[in-house]
Order: sequence, then C-alpha cells, then structure tokens
Amino acid sequence: MPNMENQAVLTMRGICKQFPGTKALNNVDFTLRKGEIHALMGENGAGKSTLIKVLTGVYGKDAGSIWVDGTEGEARIHSPQDAQNIGISTVYQEITLCPNLSVAENMFIGRTKGPFVNWWSRNKRTTEILESLNIPARARQELSQCSLAVQQMVAIARAVDMNCKVLILDEPTSSLDEHEVEMLFGLMRDLRDRGVGIIFVTHFLEQVYAVSDRITVLRNGELVGEWPVAELPQVELVARMMGKDLDDMVDLDAVGEKSVGSDETVYEAVGLSSTECKPFDFQIHKGEVNGFTGLLGSGRSESVRAIFGADRVTGGMVMVKGQHAVINKPYRAMKKGIGYLPEDRKRDGIVADLSVRENIILALQVMKGFFHPMSRDEMEAFADEYIKALQIKTASQETPIGSLSGGNQQKVILARWLLTHPDYLILDEPTRGIDVGTKLEIQRLVLKLAEEGMSVTFISSEIEEMLRTCSRLIVMRDRNIVGELTGDQLTQGQIMRTIAGGEQ
Amino acid sequence: MKKIKNSLGALTMPLVALGVLLLFNLIRCIVTGSWSFYEISIATDEKGSVLTGNLISIIDSASALVILAMGMTLVTAACGGQDISVGAVGAIAGAFFVIMMHPQKEVQMSTLTSVAWPNVILGVVVAIIAAVIFCLFNGVLVAYFKIQPMIATLILFSCGRSIAYYFLYQALGVGSIKLDDPIIFAIGKTIPGVPIPTSIFVVILVGLLMWLIFKRTNLRLYTQAVGINQKAAQLNGINPVMVKLLSFVMLGVCVAVAAIVKSTSLSTLTTKSLMDSFEMDAILAVAIGANNLGGGKFRLGGSILGAYTIQTLTTTLNAMEVSSDSMKFYKAIVIIVIMVAGSPVVRNWIVSLGNKIKMTTRAARVKEVE
Repeated sequence: MPNMENQAVLTMRGICKQFPGTKALNNVDFTLRKGEIHALMGENGAGKSTLIKVLTGVYGKDAGSIWVDGTEGEARIHSPQDAQNIGISTVYQEITLCPNLSVAENMFIGRTKGPFVNWWSRNKRTTEILESLNIPARARQELSQCSLAVQQMVAIARAVDMNCKVLILDEPTSSLDEHEVEMLFGLMRDLRDRGVGIIFVTHFLEQVYAVSDRITVLRNGELVGEWPVAELPQVELVARMMGKDLDDMVDLDAVGEKSVGSDETVYEAVGLSSTECKPFDFQIHKGEVNGFTGLLGSGRSESVRAIFGADRVTGGMVMVKGQHAVINKPYRAMKKGIGYLPEDRKRDGIVADLSVRENIILALQVMKGFFHPMSRDEMEAFADEYIKALQIKTASQETPIGSLSGGNQQKVILARWLLTHPDYLILDEPTRGIDVGTKLEIQRLVLKLAEEGMSVTFISSEIEEMLRTCSRLIVMRDRNIVGELTGDQLTQGQIMRTIAGGEQ
Repeated sequence: MKKIKNSLGALTMPLVALGVLLLFNLIRCIVTGSWSFYEISIATDEKGSVLTGNLISIIDSASALVILAMGMTLVTAACGGQDISVGAVGAIAGAFFVIMMHPQKEVQMSTLTSVAWPNVILGVVVAIIAAVIFCLFNGVLVAYFKIQPMIATLILFSCGRSIAYYFLYQALGVGSIKLDDPIIFAIGKTIPGVPIPTSIFVVILVGLLMWLIFKRTNLRLYTQAVGINQKAAQLNGINPVMVKLLSFVMLGVCVAVAAIVKSTSLSTLTTKSLMDSFEMDAILAVAIGANNLGGGKFRLGGSILGAYTIQTLTTTLNAMEVSSDSMKFYKAIVIIVIMVAGSPVVRNWIVSLGNKIKMTTRAARVKEVE
C-alpha cells in the first residue's frame, strides 16, 4: 500500500536483489519526500549502486515494491525508459551526453516525436531553462566547450525539463573543483525548492552535510537507518557506514605515527623533466612517506609519472640507491624497485576483462620476464595471499576485475605493486572514489609499509589525508615546485598559503 | 573440474555449431538411407593404402584454414583488428617456396618435377621468412604508426598478389606452376605407407608449437593485457608495440605454413588464386570461435573449431551436390544463423529462459510439498 506520509514522492519497500554468490540488497526500504535532498550513503559494495539501478530499471528486482507519486498502484520499472517515463531521471558520474553536439541538441536528444524538428523553438526553450536555472551556458554552444560542471548541470537541466520527480545524482562532484561544486549545490537547492526529490550519492562526507536534508545509510546490502541530517553527526555517520561503535572510531584522525625515514636516500632526481613536466629536483629517503600537493593540473601527477618513466623523459639525472640509473620506461623503473599506482584507475590501472588473479600478478610476471611464466599454483598462492591480506572482496580469484567495486579494484592494483616488493612505491590518488573505511585501510597500510622500510610518495586531492600520512609535502603550482613543508609547517593553512604563493 | 567447465563454457558456440552440422548430416543420412557422409574407407593404389571419406577430407582440407585462424586470433587479440592481406601474403610465401625448390633456374617451366629435400627445406624456410617480413610490414604500420589494421593491411591485400606474380615470373617465367613430384606429394597429400593425410600432422605440429609457446612464455597474458587496456599494460612494463609486432610475426609463420600446405595439396601454385578469399574465412573462424574481434581475451581452441566448422559446412554442401555457384548463398545463410545464435542477445534469452524453467519447476515442487 502506498505510503503518503510527508508527501512521499518515492517509496521503496522490501527491495531484494540477489546476484550469483551475493545478496546485494536484502529487504531495503527507502523513502524520498517531495522537495528534499536525500543522501544515500554506504561503503563500497553496501548496495547503493544496486538500489539506484533497481530504481532506474537497469536491474530487475527479485522482491519488493516501488511506488511513485502520480502513478497509480505499484510502479512497473523494467527499463531505464520506463523509469524516465514515470519521472525518475539519473545523472551519472561520467557525463553521458554527446560532447560534439550543441547544448540545445543535448537537451532534446532522444526525445523527438515525429520526424520534424523545430530548432528555433528548441534553442529558445533551452535558453529559457538555462536562464531559469542560472546555468552559465548558451543553447548553441558545443557541449564540449563547457566545463565539466556545466556539462553536468546541462544533464540535470535536461532531466528537469523531462518533468522528473525523482532526480538521482550519482557521484556528481567527483571531478569538480570547489567552486564548481558550490555551483552545482546552488542548482540542487533551487530544484529542491521547486519540489523535486533528489537522491544524492557521494563519497564526500562534507558535501553531504553541506547540502542534504536527510541521510539513509546502507551496509552490506541492508538498511541501517534513516536520519535527518541534524540528528546524525559526521563521526556517527562514518561509524554507521562502517558498522562500528563510536569508540572504534577514535583513531580516525590518528591513523598512525608518521614516518620520517632514515638518512639513506633511495631515489634522487636532479633536473628531471618529461614531455609533460618541467625540470625538477626530488629525493626520498628509505622509509619516508612524502607527498606532492597542489591544485588539480598543477603538475603533481606529471612529476611522478616522470619518475616512473610513464611519459617520455627528456632530461635529468637519476640516482637509485646511490647509483646512476636511466629510467625512461616503466619496465626500467620496475627493475629498479619502483612501483606506480596510476591516478586514473579505470584508464591506466585495471585490465578489466582479466581476472583478479591475473591483475594481481601482472607486474611481477612482467618483471620476471617474457620467457619465465609463473606456474598456475604459484599465481594462485600469490593472489590468495593478497586477497586475504588486503581483504579484497571478490567472488573468486577468477572474477574479472571489472566487476569489482571501485575500492576493491584499487586494492587489487595495490596488491599488484606490493607483490613486486618495491623499495619505492608511488601512489597517485589511491583513495579517489572509494569509501571511508577503505581509505583509512589504505592510509594505515602506507604507514605500515613505511615502518617496514618502504619509501612511499602519496598523492591525494584530500589535504587531510596527506597531512595524516606524509612527513614531507612538496607543493606545486603551475607545473613548478614552489615549496617544501615539513614538521610544524604541515597545516592546511600553510599549504594553502604556499599554493597561493606571495610569501616571498 | 571447474576449470574444464569454464573453458567449455567459452567454447559452447563453436562446439554447438559444429555439433549441429554433424547432426544435420546424421539426419540426412538416416533420411536418404545412405551413410556415405560418415563412411571412412581404405583406398589402395600403387602408392599404398590411404584413408578416405568425408570426415577425413574435412580434417584434411581444413588444415590450411586452421593454421591461419590461429595466427589471425593472435593479431585480433593484440591489435583489435584483422589482417586482410593474409591470402595475398600467402601467395608471396608460396611463390618463394616454389622458387627455392626449383633445382635449375631455367626460364619457362610450367611443371616442377624432381626436387631434392635440401631445396624443399630451404623453400620452407625462405617462405616463412618472406611471409614474416611482409606481415611485419603490416605490423609496423599497425603497431608503430597506429594505422587501423583494416586499412594498413589493405595495401598488401590489393598489391600482394602482383608482388607474388612478379617474383615468380622473374624467377621462372610463369605466373602459375604445376607441382608434380613425390616429395611434394608426400607433403601435400600422404607419405607413402602412412594412411593419414600429412596436413593433419602439420596442424598437430603447429598446434603443439603454439601450445608450447603459450606454456613457456607470457604471450597469452601480454597479448590479452595489450588488447584489453594498452595504457595499463604499458604502465606495467609491457611494450605494446613489441607485443603487436610479435603477433604479426606469429601470423607470418602461420601464413607461410598454410600457403605451403595449400599449394602442395592442390599440386599447383597460381599466384592469382592461391588462398583466394582465405582472409575472410580466417576472420570468420575467429568469430565463430566466440573471440571478440575487438581484441582482448581470446581462445585459440575456439578459432580452430571455427575453422573446422566452416570446412564441415563446405563439405556438407558438396556432399549434397549443391552447385558451386549457389554454394556461397547457402553458406551465408548458415553463417548468419550461427552468428545470430551466438550473439549476446540470444544468449541472454537462453539464460533467462533457463532461469524461468528453474523457477517454475521449483514452484511446482513447493506446491507438491504443500
């Protein structure tokens, strides 16, 4: 029976979804009211995506009922088209519009009735919508000329124009900078005031508190509970997501002792440059954890890529453990005991169709050489060891890595490099797009590895994370190193000041 | 046990296709009352006893295609595209094979007789080297210059046969030559005293070689990694250009061996028609073998079964006395059926149908209990 309390616009009751080997959703309830922003929270694999996919008709549900305001009886959602027709729209993390078409064309694509198109009226209508929502784009502009944030907002505008009652935003902010996030939030609040129900899925806790009215937490495919934002402090939210008591969470801020390392220099570069970065000097000691920080595009990723030989190296002198080394391609770096976890997991990290086992042993196997394949038993033993050690959640070793959740994929890539026992490990954004629990696990692991004598370079967009783990921060601006912070200087304020410059 | 089940799962499509063709012939035999299709008999003449029959002929005639399909699978997996010049490169390899075998380089010889073993071995080696060089030409265009495989190989596809003709004409003064010699007969048909066609041994040899290479090297892992995600492969120390070139080298070897098998079994080498339109059959074999033509994961076994399926189809149509003019039409129909049956859409239907049947039987059982 439909539940109409507080004008629910969407009611889901007793939703179950079974996948081979796992129960992805077990008897989950979810209620979205008119004109609210409702954050759907949970760790990776908690069932957020599955719930969204059931709601949007990507997956069929095994049991349970869905009611949508304005539709008689139970909603029948068998395909994304059905969902759209009854007013449920989704805007995904990756933009799913066509970048080479104009904004107006994107607004109306796939919504044509009949063979004729009145572009004049469409452009006019688009301009109206964009203006009413304060979106800084023009109707005739090609979409690819807009920033990512604006593209996302166009996708939202498109959904709104299709009279959606339920708007799902799946990780909309993960590739936006702070200012763009604020713009997006403005749009979300505006839509909320017009009565749209918004489901907001994100990994950024601060953003949940900045914009949401209500929070629903899932854990292991089950409903943990639903709270108004004011009644659930941030620390408690984390505890609920991780299924732990508050007492366990005390060490959230202190992951462990920072590691300064010994005097022995493991890696040293003088005037190293590549096609993508300007010459820079850099060194790291045994057992040290340091980090490159700076705004997106400041050249921090390009610098570590130059160290690993991932881009074409154009100059500089490199010493590894006191000996001259030529590192101009990844293989050479690996042979010198350097590992590199790339920034873009999907594009550069995983080999999606290959199994978890093959992904774990890949780097070690390449180091052993083309003519020395490992035996199947050996591979399985290694894979088994690291699946256990890093608690990778996978149905089996033979599961294609592409079907794992983001955090577990990242752990597999991490396992791949740990298996090569590197002296120096570069981690570029190892915690991007993964849940709080796994983030903490990875930070702890980094400190543990450093204690065991490994040198680590840790890059993260979240400054708190770097402050927690790194004993030395190299600050970059416009592809130049502009400062190096250690000890007492390691504060958010000091980093900001150094990035902004002007103290000279 | 589980492993076997998994690999069978991936080979379902080619196995079913081959099985259905054989079943069709079985039904045909029952209906017509004549078992000639499945008969295997021993024919004896002055050169000794030889096994004959449609099944033997299928395995024998498919040999060149099977070998070629293996090479094509590797290139497909690594480069995400196909080499359409293999037929033309085969003609070049065949030309060099014959030129090297020729005892005295007189001009104008329309029949090659009395060759010696050393020359034959030289011929095989040079043919392989020639095919590898021409395939490497394709490989460099694809791997280094990053040209789409279809376009890169279009060059040799269109001019390869002219190159083959040029070499053969310069050396022997002919564009086509008959091969009539006991040694060539032994290679192309049967070795005296052995009742099984030689080409079957060649296929087994090439297959074993491939198996050994996969066993002793990381070729499979490297090829799949490059085919699926080149950037990730590169960041793990794999050199994608080398892997792609290597796949073209292996294809070159396969092309040369296929060309030798084909020309010796036909007892004639015509640069214009040797292995004509073989490239399409080889690509088809890879596709029937349920390999992704866009690269990535691959199964050699699938392509091998695919090649035998194509030959079974041809032999079946021959046995039904379909005229060679309408042959291509019937072949096309069967291939459409195979490809549609193996498409993801139909596979999903079958899976959901299976689930429904399971559900209803379970429901029925629950009712019974109540």
